[in-house]
Amino acid sequence: MRRVRMSAELPPGTRVDHRIIYDVVDQGSRVLDLGCGEGDLLSLLVRYKDVKGQGIELDDTAVRECVRKGVNAFQSDIETGLEEYPDHSFDYVILNQSMQQVRRVDFLVEEALRVGDTLIVGFPNFAHWSARCMLFFKGRAPITDSLPYRWSDTPNVRFLSTKDFTDFCRIKNIRIHKTIYLGRRRRIRWFPNLFAVNAIFVVSRSPSPSDKADRSTATGREEIRPS
Amino acid sequence: MYAKMKHHDSVGLVETKFIRFAEPPHELRLESGRTLGPITIAYETYGRLNERKDNAILVAHALSADAHAAGFHKGAREPGWWDTMIGPGKAFDTDRFFVICSNVLGGCKGTTGPSSINPATGKPYALDFPVITIGDMVTAQRHLIDALGIEKLLCVTGGSMGGMQTLQWVASYPERVRAAIPIATTLKHSPQQIAFNEVVRQSIMADPAWRHGDYYDYGQPRKGLAVARMIGHITFMSEASMEAKFSRKLKNGALNFDFSPDFEVEGYLHYRGENFVKRFDANSYLYITKAMDYFDLSDGRLIGNREAVDTRFLIISFKSDWLYPSHQSKEIVRQLKAHRIDATYCELNSTYGHDAFLLEVEEQTSLIRDFLEGIS
Repeated sequence: MRRVRMSAELPPGTRVDHRIIYDVVDQGSRVLDLGCGEGDLLSLLVRYKDVKGQGIELDDTAVRECVRKGVNAFQSDIETGLEEYPDHSFDYVILNQSMQQVRRVDFLVEEALRVGDTLIVGFPNFAHWSARCMLFFKGRAPITDSLPYRWSDTPNVRFLSTKDFTDFCRIKNIRIHKTIYLGRRRRIRWFPNLFAVNAIFVVSRSPSPSDKADRSTATGREEIRPS
Repeated sequence: MYAKMKHHDSVGLVETKFIRFAEPPHELRLESGRTLGPITIAYETYGRLNERKDNAILVAHALSADAHAAGFHKGAREPGWWDTMIGPGKAFDTDRFFVICSNVLGGCKGTTGPSSINPATGKPYALDFPVITIGDMVTAQRHLIDALGIEKLLCVTGGSMGGMQTLQWVASYPERVRAAIPIATTLKHSPQQIAFNEVVRQSIMADPAWRHGDYYDYGQPRKGLAVARMIGHITFMSEASMEAKFSRKLKNGALNFDFSPDFEVEGYLHYRGENFVKRFDANSYLYITKAMDYFDLSDGRLIGNREAVDTRFLIISFKSDWLYPSHQSKEIVRQLKAHRIDATYCELNSTYGHDAFLLEVEEQTSLIRDFLEGIS
């Protein structure tokens, strides 16, 4: 078997959120990437972690790019894309930078947690200080690094902060196993809801973290208790 | 231009070959329970089978095509029906792959069908020919693949009814198919598709010249078969492609004020219909459309209760195809998901309607080439 690469050994230029998700996912696991785009993350997982990967992506050009990279992808919207999958079809479901573009977030997260044991969610933090400043001082809808769109031409339909998602998990009885907050260049450890431009949550339904989740996060689990 | 094409991206001069099997008393048992034999299969091959015999691609044809998928027959000006996709450097690259195409069972282009001579009577089978299914067509193809000494096909592919055969291969012989590319197809005909086929059949059978199928001494039921084909051509195009091709252009520049064809679209349909009579047997049209209507791999029958299927899938549909609409391809995807099978589905933007699988060369080529790259 090939030696599994560490994220530090991934090709230069690999997105930092991809590196973080890459580290969370177990070798040889089954992964569903919702809104997989051009398949960059999945192709890393397939190539270097022997993952069995499936993507779902609405854009046909992106699907063609997935095929070029040897990544499986169904062209479909992600809200209706999960229905036929039996429960626990995947070890991980990835919802990176796509949740904020979905209308029925409740339904999608429930479905993702039904078909997958662990859900990895990555989203832009609407409560970043620069967004707050734009709104408070300039009185304009925020445009930031992670939310680069004008109000009139944005694919995003949901705007949430890291605290919003933490609350959401508490209300929905979803367990948070790990959170990673990202600034422009490095990870954020203090006041993430103010300083993080992006957040990655690793969550599951299971009352106790599964064995898999244990192994994947063996290097420094940061269990966050919703407060 | 023509000469250049011939040298650079055509498989060049090709010939149809034949094999015979199911000699009595070892006739082929059909799905209907009836038996048929002996059976001749007409086929063509392009490229070279490698030593390990693991580079073979089976191309299955649609309703009215034949084994001549690529290259040129001696003296012919038109190449095979999928010449744009099969050849050196093309989607199905004959520099790398060994491509096989055979005429379907029930056809009229060299493979045994209703116009073939029934050895029991010395006359054409006509309606004594047993009703065949897509499953029977695939069983016959399997005999050909066996005869060529190929254990496992690298890929099975085809559009429309060719896609049905592709899916049937996965259902019947999953361990012999490494990859499947069903294009513009379905797991089963909808009532609308059956209805079109029934009108097609009725137009043939309503022609007195059909003579209950016994027309071989008298000539084809020309009128009925031409109308049948006209119906087909309407369903192969889209509203947009008809608008682009014909608009309301007049044939002779002015209205005739009678019932001769006024519009170009009428002239086109007449031309297509009349041409078809010269090249296709009316009874074959009845048998093959029936086989399509019987085809049904819905409700889990594509995968069955197998635990694991190793076949890789690339499913392609076209936005403007209303005869085999995208939701039917998505139904294939649903069945794969229910069995946790990873695959790729892509809906290509095209205005050509169902004909797109023959006409959208560029996008299909890049998709298929990249997909096969990941397989081989």
